[in-house]
Amino acid sequence: MDRIPILKLGGALIVTIQVDMHDRLALALEEDLTAMIARTGARGVLIEISALEIVDSFIGRMLVSIAAVSRVLDAETVVVGMRPAVAITLVELGLELTGIKTALNVERGMSLIQARLLEDDEGHGSHRDDFED
Amino acid sequence: MSMDGAEVLSRTVTQDEAAILEAWLASLREGASLQSGRIREAELQTQAKTVFGQLREALEGGLDADGGSFAPLRETLGEISRSRAIQGFTPTDTANFIFALKEPIFESLRRTAGSDASDLAAGIVAVGKMLDRLGLHTMEVFLASREEVIGRQGQEIAELSTPVVRLWDGILALPLIGTLDSARTGVVMENLLQAIVDEEAEIAIIDITGVPTVDTLVAQHLLKTVAAARLMGADCIVSGIRPQIAQTMVHLGVELNVVSKATLADAFAVALKQTGRKVVRQQAAPTVERR
Amino acid sequence: MTISKTETLPVRSGDDVVRVRQRVRALAIEIGLGLVDQTKIVTAASELARNTLDYGKGGDVRAEIVQAGLRKGLRLTFEDQGPGIADIDQAMTDRFTTGGGMGLGLGGAKRLSSEFHIESTPGTGTRVTIARWK
Repeated sequence: MDRIPILKLGGALIVTIQVDMHDRLALALEEDLTAMIARTGARGVLIEISALEIVDSFIGRMLVSIAAVSRVLDAETVVVGMRPAVAITLVELGLELTGIKTALNVERGMSLIQARLLEDDEGHGSHRDDFED
Repeated sequence: MSMDGAEVLSRTVTQDEAAILEAWLASLREGASLQSGRIREAELQTQAKTVFGQLREALEGGLDADGGSFAPLRETLGEISRSRAIQGFTPTDTANFIFALKEPIFESLRRTAGSDASDLAAGIVAVGKMLDRLGLHTMEVFLASREEVIGRQGQEIAELSTPVVRLWDGILALPLIGTLDSARTGVVMENLLQAIVDEEAEIAIIDITGVPTVDTLVAQHLLKTVAAARLMGADCIVSGIRPQIAQTMVHLGVELNVVSKATLADAFAVALKQTGRKVVRQQAAPTVERR
Repeated sequence: MTISKTETLPVRSGDDVVRVRQRVRALAIEIGLGLVDQTKIVTAASELARNTLDYGKGGDVRAEIVQAGLRKGLRLTFEDQGPGIADIDQAMTDRFTTGGGMGLGLGGAKRLSSEFHIESTPGTGTRVTIARWK
């Protein structure tokens, strides 16, 4: 079965969805991403969807649940490049994509994630109750 | 020996063509269409001659105005109606073009039928029926063309009245003017979101100073636009909510859960700040020298 | 109202759902729907096709290009012989789900269409018809 490739770049994972996803492919992506975040300790997940012609409630649910799982694993999800027609349709559908950050393009999305990595490096801005170092 | 309507009519228009045409043109000249200067006499003459010629040919195939022999005539009449609708003729003017042909043909029938009353009656009934049908056809085309014009204008107005302007690198403004209905909001929304993509804008300011009322529906449309922009990764600020509108909204229980500022200038200042910019005065304001 | 084109597509697998989306997109383009309207009807079709598959145990969709006066439209009818819906009002409510989905399928599809009609008999099946006019 085909899978959608996941790239690792610094502390971030990058996924570009280029195909009209059937439901199994979406579920596989969710699984793969979860495993990859856990394995690599990535702090950010960037999902690029500018090629997607529709986002229905199934794909919407996949995005929301990737974001929720990532959060538990301390990574932030940014969805970038949503088309105007898709955004209008999602709003009409009633899907809010709660807990997901959005950005216009990959560049902006990456800078959101970079900002977060930088905060961590500087040792403040983290809301976790860390163990003693 | 008695003839049927089609034969009588066919004979009349062939034999008496010149006289009928002249009387028809005279009647058309009296009508308002020429007086208003919307059409020139030469053009009217050409139209009348073409239509009459096609009518004569059509009659050879029978009396059925919806039939195949009438197809070229219907086509020409449709063309004339369409151009008249666009030129702004009244419906009466347009319909009269064909109805004005009735009387000249009646006259001619009386002349050519002579004493044969049954021929005369058959001819008159046939003409009446046929011309009425053709008149209705011109009206139908006229109305359809009008509808088309109105539809296109509506579309143009919707697009014209929603310009998206670039205030600064990455900051857009959409000054809304007039009432927002769902059809217009659809166009507004699409234009704004497309501009966000094209300009890679981080912030869009929707200014509603020119919107007379904000009811639940308008508020809902605004919220949807803001939500869609957010999904794409851009923030919206709503500006220019007038005090009376703010009051009405509160009374109506309309909630507008978005960042809002009193004026476009305030919103612009916020947008600059959010994108990490600041406006500073380069030098002290010039003071007025006193002598 | 006249029907100028009819085609029937099966909805029996996840791949069929993708095919339905692609056909509906092609037909929407054929009648000249704008990009946003195309996206809306394709999304609605995706929701309903998934319902047919997941809740109705599979079925068919009939796609028709219809014309009323000067207006053209795309009408889609999703039909299954599944267990049916006992309480349609409840099923139409957002966030209500029996299958672990988001519960936006029916309500969402209605909001995305110009016309929406549903009939269902428990034990016999469900038929949902939507249309989008140009």
